[in-house]
Amino acid sequence: MAGNGLLDRRHFLQGGALAAAAVGAGGAATAETLTKAPWMTAPGTPFEGYGQPSRFEAKVVRIAGNPPNAPGTGASRTPLQALNGMITPNGLHFERSHSGIPDIDPDAHRFLIHGLVKRPLVFTLEALARYPMTSRIAFIECAGNSAVLFAKDPAAATVQGIHGLVSCAEWTGVPLAPLLDEAGVDPKAEWLLAEGADAAAMSRSVPLGKARDDALIALYQNGERIRPANGYPMRLLLPGYQGNMNVKWLRRIKLTEGPTHTKDETSRYSLLQQDGRVAEFKFPMDAKSVITQPSPGLAMKGPGLYEISGLAWSGNGKITRVEVSADGGQSWAPAALAEPVLSKALTRFRLPWRWTGGSAVLQSRATDETGYVQPTRAAQIAARGARGIYHCNLITSWGVAEGGEVKHVYA
Amino acid sequence: MSMRKHRLAVAALLATLGVAHAADTPNLGQPISPHEFAAWDISVAPDGAGLPAGSGTAKQGAPVYAEKCAACHGEKGAGQPNDRLVGGIGTLAGDQAPVRTVGSFWPYATTLFDYVRRAMPWQQPQSLSDSEVYAVAAYILNLNGIIGDADVLDATTLPKVKMPNRDNFFIVYPGNLK
Repeated sequence: MAGNGLLDRRHFLQGGALAAAAVGAGGAATAETLTKAPWMTAPGTPFEGYGQPSRFEAKVVRIAGNPPNAPGTGASRTPLQALNGMITPNGLHFERSHSGIPDIDPDAHRFLIHGLVKRPLVFTLEALARYPMTSRIAFIECAGNSAVLFAKDPAAATVQGIHGLVSCAEWTGVPLAPLLDEAGVDPKAEWLLAEGADAAAMSRSVPLGKARDDALIALYQNGERIRPANGYPMRLLLPGYQGNMNVKWLRRIKLTEGPTHTKDETSRYSLLQQDGRVAEFKFPMDAKSVITQPSPGLAMKGPGLYEISGLAWSGNGKITRVEVSADGGQSWAPAALAEPVLSKALTRFRLPWRWTGGSAVLQSRATDETGYVQPTRAAQIAARGARGIYHCNLITSWGVAEGGEVKHVYA
Repeated sequence: MSMRKHRLAVAALLATLGVAHAADTPNLGQPISPHEFAAWDISVAPDGAGLPAGSGTAKQGAPVYAEKCAACHGEKGAGQPNDRLVGGIGTLAGDQAPVRTVGSFWPYATTLFDYVRRAMPWQQPQSLSDSEVYAVAAYILNLNGIIGDADVLDATTLPKVKMPNRDNFFIVYPGNLK
């Protein structure tokens, strides 16, 4: 059994909770007297056309940052510490834009397939919406997520600030492969260029194999049309690949023999190694996990039984195992994985923990179906150096101090 | 007719009709000819494919840069408030802080033309003429000591420019990185 209070993942199911309640009863304060609530003394508010969260949830918002002179360019981060389950609400999905969010009229938008094809084709949104659609739940993670974990000192930041460039939604749309067939791909084509209709005309090279495998022209996000910040009226979905390649506001696909080596796959989203070499076209986001509750800003409220909860994901398939440590990686206990566990989707994990009130270092470690195990910070830096910025998937440590404050630490 | 026989019959019919694609689709893509999408075909490959007519030199690019670029990228590409474009060559290896600029980091000169044409200047993308883009690219390359100030950049010469960091780039796909 793992140390420092971690319990079996089936603890709650086994009736352990009852025993804990009995033990803990003496410590609980006397309950308050229940009175008539004001919201039961008059009828509530009318319906509204598009519902909003409770006004008491007003602090659950994305936090954004942008370079000077460029509002709308940069990123906003998902408040992972305030969410549960595996799906990110559309209004809280992280955003990354390179020249603001375009205000696209869907009737005027066009999607072009050309290059090494028999016949170039152009599609309206109305035409695309008549094609057979598929749905899949997939995470999208910015390749720059968590880069601060390469910094020399731990971050004075929340899980949102460190890991908030990952979100997960159900995406519905038209598979790309039959559209490519309709245009008739030349056998010489091995790559394609995908380009957005934003003011940066953001563009990325994508291997044709991935495009044929599981690429989707996504039109819907969690059941409604994709939000403007996430690519309205259509985006490319490349499940598991670095977020930047999931080109938003998709307007053009050009079939090519080789990659185009655009700005966003050379000067950005490539990995500078310690020896000065630069790794280009590392595409999948490797297996990763992070504990979202507790996490910095969510202080412990006194000794007792808690549920540690977090998210795990892999761009290479399904998560098969998440382990949790409360002693900085000396001992590990397997967490329960919440169904459904889907390939290239966020997976929620949970594990009961009896916190004694003492210090602890919480970590989680994910394994995916390829057998890949999330690396320690030391191992990842030893392999790649600390200057790569992108694809940081090392193990995060949360330090719990006596008294219950939670902070990011290196362990 | 059994389902299997039905499928075979459909396959035979498609083969007879010469339909190449495997899946039946609504076929709603509208054929379009290259001159109709020329304004959209703005990407440039490292071999120069996609480069337009026009030309420019660093000398011609200096005033364009001063007017359109310097407010964000600083005088002579020194950076501030936004990205630095010049210098940093030799800072990428070892323990020193790497300075990533067009000169020190970018592997292909064609990418500079492609990116400036599609996305710059930030407030007015796609507003420069093709010759202005060649000229500004020449100016930035000249500031980095990569070409001379009278060297003419055009569709023939630009792909031949060898960037200092070119040989440090390696392609990971279809493999993965440790």
